[in-house]
Amino acid sequence: MTPVSLLVVLLVLSTAAYYVGRRKAFALAGRAEGAVKLHSRPVYHGALTALWCAIPALLIFGFWLVFEAQVITQLVVQDLPESIRRLPPDRLSLVVNDIRNLESGNFVSQTIDPAMQAAADHYSMLRSISHNALAVITIALMAAAAVFVRSRIAIGLRARNQVEAIFTVILIACSTIAIFTTIGIILSVLYEAIRFFKVIPVTDFLFGLGWSPQMAIRADQVGSSGAFGAVPVFLGTALISAIAMVVAVPIGLMSAIYLSEYADKRFRAVAKPLIEVLAGIPTVVYGFFAALTVAPFIRDAGSVLGLNVASESALAAGLVMGIMIIPFVSSLSDDFINAVPQSLRDGAYSLGATKSETIRQVIVPAAIPGIIGGVLLAVSRAIGETMIVVMAAGLSANLTVNPLQAVTTVTVQIVTLLVGDQEFDSPKTLAAFALGLVLFVVTLCLNVIALYVVRKYREQYE
Amino acid sequence: MNREKSADTKAAVRTIDIVKSGLTRRYRAERRFRFYGLSAILLSILFLALLFASIVGKGYSAFWQTHIKLDVFFDPAVLQKEALVNADYPSLVKASIQNLFPEIDGRQDRRLLSALISTGAGYQLRRMVLLDPGVVGRTVSVWVAADDEVDMTLKGHFRRDLPEAERRMSDKQLAWLDHLTAEGRVERKFNTTFLSAGDSREPELAGIWGAVTGSFFTLVITLALSFPIGVAAAVYLEEFAHKSRWTDLIEVNINNLAAVPSIVFGLLGLAVFLNFFGLPRSAPLVGGLVLTLMTLPTIIIASRSALQAVPPSIREAALGVGASRMQMVVHHVLPLALPGMLTGTIIGMARALGESAPLLMIGMVAFIADVPDSLTSAATALPVQIFLWADSPERGFVERTSAAIIVLLAFMLVMNAAAIILRKRFERRW
Repeated sequence: MTPVSLLVVLLVLSTAAYYVGRRKAFALAGRAEGAVKLHSRPVYHGALTALWCAIPALLIFGFWLVFEAQVITQLVVQDLPESIRRLPPDRLSLVVNDIRNLESGNFVSQTIDPAMQAAADHYSMLRSISHNALAVITIALMAAAAVFVRSRIAIGLRARNQVEAIFTVILIACSTIAIFTTIGIILSVLYEAIRFFKVIPVTDFLFGLGWSPQMAIRADQVGSSGAFGAVPVFLGTALISAIAMVVAVPIGLMSAIYLSEYADKRFRAVAKPLIEVLAGIPTVVYGFFAALTVAPFIRDAGSVLGLNVASESALAAGLVMGIMIIPFVSSLSDDFINAVPQSLRDGAYSLGATKSETIRQVIVPAAIPGIIGGVLLAVSRAIGETMIVVMAAGLSANLTVNPLQAVTTVTVQIVTLLVGDQEFDSPKTLAAFALGLVLFVVTLCLNVIALYVVRKYREQYE
Repeated sequence: MNREKSADTKAAVRTIDIVKSGLTRRYRAERRFRFYGLSAILLSILFLALLFASIVGKGYSAFWQTHIKLDVFFDPAVLQKEALVNADYPSLVKASIQNLFPEIDGRQDRRLLSALISTGAGYQLRRMVLLDPGVVGRTVSVWVAADDEVDMTLKGHFRRDLPEAERRMSDKQLAWLDHLTAEGRVERKFNTTFLSAGDSREPELAGIWGAVTGSFFTLVITLALSFPIGVAAAVYLEEFAHKSRWTDLIEVNINNLAAVPSIVFGLLGLAVFLNFFGLPRSAPLVGGLVLTLMTLPTIIIASRSALQAVPPSIREAALGVGASRMQMVVHHVLPLALPGMLTGTIIGMARALGESAPLLMIGMVAFIADVPDSLTSAATALPVQIFLWADSPERGFVERTSAAIIVLLAFMLVMNAAAIILRKRFERRW
């Protein structure tokens, strides 16, 4: 039985258990005439039965599938011929991969020899045994649970309270997923990063000036220096983000000011959604736009002016990223400008200030903490943005602040290091996790500061 | 008294003069400021218009594909009865185009001639024969797809007036093409391949259906996990939890996760789902799990504000007639908050549909020609397909990338419109 069909069977059986429990409750209520009543409504008896059936079975189902592949692989490897088992771990994992591919009918990297075929057959036999065993165990468990709960159903059973207690536990579990996600991110990134820092010292990584993440396979190989100094990468990220902010902050802020202070209702109703459309466009679309429209345009414009512009210039990527961030800046600033109390405006007008003077000298200074918070959030968006820079920025790590040259960013390096074939021991792949750690820590700091500033600001006028 | 008054008017006159002398300058500054604001808005709208114009302008032509009419003789000598599946269909295609130009001689020229037709034409004939074996032995007029270079030339993306060495098509090929056009054998037809096929190395055979299916499977997983979990988390935080350090911690976490770069979720998926749990690479299942973690904060935040919008009187009334807290939430608060939650969920799903960075990390970026048929088969997603095609050197893929973007934007438009309609239809003001 395949896992998916088993899952369907489990759900059908749980539904059946619901009706079993409910029937029993109805039967009890029918027999007990008049004065004696059920503590809970029959629905809850049904739900209690169904929950006791479904939850343990689903837990076993989940754990079984998570660990099944590893256990079966172990068993298959133990039965492989001695010569193959003695291979070093990385070669062995290739063999295991071949066996799995053979078993699922895909192409394999080498010719099929009988030992491999036997191992593949063994693998698929073990898996079908495992699936059948899982089916038998879960279905038996569900039947037992249904019979047991049914026997416990009585007039005084506090079914509703028990069902609600189970639901409360489920709700709490769901709300903790956010915490587990954060822990998962920190642990997974940190673990691989520490493995990286065992090979390359932290200081070399953070302060080194050369970045060429190729490890020499042979000692005498040319051009594989394996330099992991990330400063050029950080600088490139900062350069592109800075260009993006130079585009996004003035345009976003001025749009927000115009929309909230000058525009009439009709203009606002049209312009605001239009600007927000910019935020909804997938970043891969911006990347395509940057690479195929903006970058050639800037290069051609540069050659007209006699400038030598790289075809993957930081300017193109930064410009398009800035366009993407405009709605982010403008909608946050809009919120904060609207939060400034009307009395401040009235006070300035009554002193004879014009509208623009009020805005520049009263409203913006009053809203500045919020705006700074919004800009910090926008910076963290710009640093973490991936697709635009992957498609429009360069790969080579140049140590430059010239926006007309090609630079690379943290996210570009993560993608290029991790897409494609990878071995998990080489510093090259681990470097991606070290960069990911830096990215996570920097954006986290920016977010925490920004959220703190914004919260403080909100409290000020509430 | 008199002197005091005159001093007063003197001072007043002086102040008003100062104000008046500055007024023109100040009004000019006012107008200038207003103009900056307006131009900022117009500039962003201009960017938007440019973006759409460039995408649509590049992409609309991909929905039409040049076809060439061939009179194919289904030669029984080639199509042996017992070997119809593996027969040499490309030779039929070659024979039929050479029939049109009997004067052409020499291997070089014949190869150039055959290059006008897409390599997919053989498969098309194979499908025809397998569908109806009775066609063998007859001559049938068939419209087959032209090669992408022919397509690009006829659509005007390749210039014909360049010197021959700089052109993709030789003078001879262009002459043959003009001959075919004059005979009415060249026509542009609606490109069904683009909407129904999987990926391919040949632009004229590549389609988005594989990527759309992959995106669909991924979003099904995302929706099935993130909606119930998100709603449950929001209900707990809003209706059950007392304010404590614990709930503060959860809240800070949710707000932070909402701002964590999406690629970090990809790293999490790679390290945890692929390397620790050993789930298959490139599978929509893993993509769905990663996107679930990414969209959960959005859904939780939207669901919480939907719950906050339900007035306390509803809760008090329910509790007042003896409902338990859980009954109050399930029977009264949730149904009222559901439209708001659904709106937030649809917007979260639209974002997940457009997301590609985390999917690159978990290997949904491979070249996959087959349309995925299960949650664990290798697949790619629509935005990742766009990324892959944008990298391809063939000119034909530029057009197809833009067309795929048009399809993606259309999907997102539909989802956002659904969210807006839902909000308008069910929004209640208390």
